[in-house]
Amino acid sequence: MKHTTKAYPKFYLYSRIVKAKLFIDSNYYCNINLHNIAREGYFSKFHFIRLFKLIYGSTPHRYMTRVRIENAKNLLRQDFSISETCFKVGFDSISSFSGLFRKIEGKTPSEYQRLYQLRQENIKNKPENFIPNCFAEQNGWSKNSNFREVI
Amino acid sequence: MITQMNHVSIFVLNQDSAFEFYVNKLGFKVHTDAPMGPGQRWLTVCPPEQPGLEISLMSIEEGMMFKGEAAKQMRELVKNGTFGFGVFQCNDLNATYLELIEKGVVFKKPPTKEFYAYEALFIDDSGNWFSLGEKQRN
Repeated sequence: MKHTTKAYPKFYLYSRIVKAKLFIDSNYYCNINLHNIAREGYFSKFHFIRLFKLIYGSTPHRYMTRVRIENAKNLLRQDFSISETCFKVGFDSISSFSGLFRKIEGKTPSEYQRLYQLRQENIKNKPENFIPNCFAEQNGWSKNSNFREVI
Repeated sequence: MITQMNHVSIFVLNQDSAFEFYVNKLGFKVHTDAPMGPGQRWLTVCPPEQPGLEISLMSIEEGMMFKGEAAKQMRELVKNGTFGFGVFQCNDLNATYLELIEKGVVFKKPPTKEFYAYEALFIDDSGNWFSLGEKQRN
């Protein structure tokens, strides 16, 4: 881990970009206009995108898509339907949501949900299979103990 | 030949509070959250870009692991900030520092240029401290 000599943005600029990032994190489900965010931070659109990309490694638009997909995963894990999830995280169409989801996650939203449910079922039925034995033994959760009788 | 570490433990005072800190403040992902009997839970989280490293948030309770007074002593040691459990990495330390401050994370040291790295030190909700460094930019 070496410190780089590359020029950093000034601290007050950081503060404004971080605020914009946090705004996206909290308002990802709205119809966010990135021009407005740039203007509120007193940036030109070009300057805003350039600094955002320098700090976070992707454009604000791409970042917002990723935040929406992460929140969609959260809702799918809570058993929301695909269409409810799609609209709750700010997408307008199920096909564009499913397409982006698959592109980013490598599986469709319904596959993701099914695999998550399957894993949760396995954890519920045999939690000891998900715990390395050294930890399980230290806690009295090993396969030969009776911890399952008291769950 | 050992090739990787895939599990590591951090001792915490309260797993619910640790969940809030590591997941909702630091942005870690829950890997496994399994109830293991009354008052017991196997809870592991991963840094967002390191899904292969499960960090087990281990509650310090008197029982199999900590006998008698040991649990009480361990809780005191953790609370008093005795343990530094590791070094986390981010892409941009200034931005991460400002974001975590905004989320209420307490820092022992703001981003500082040391001879070995650009680093900050923060404390988790139990009292464990960590170094936070920056990945070298291309």
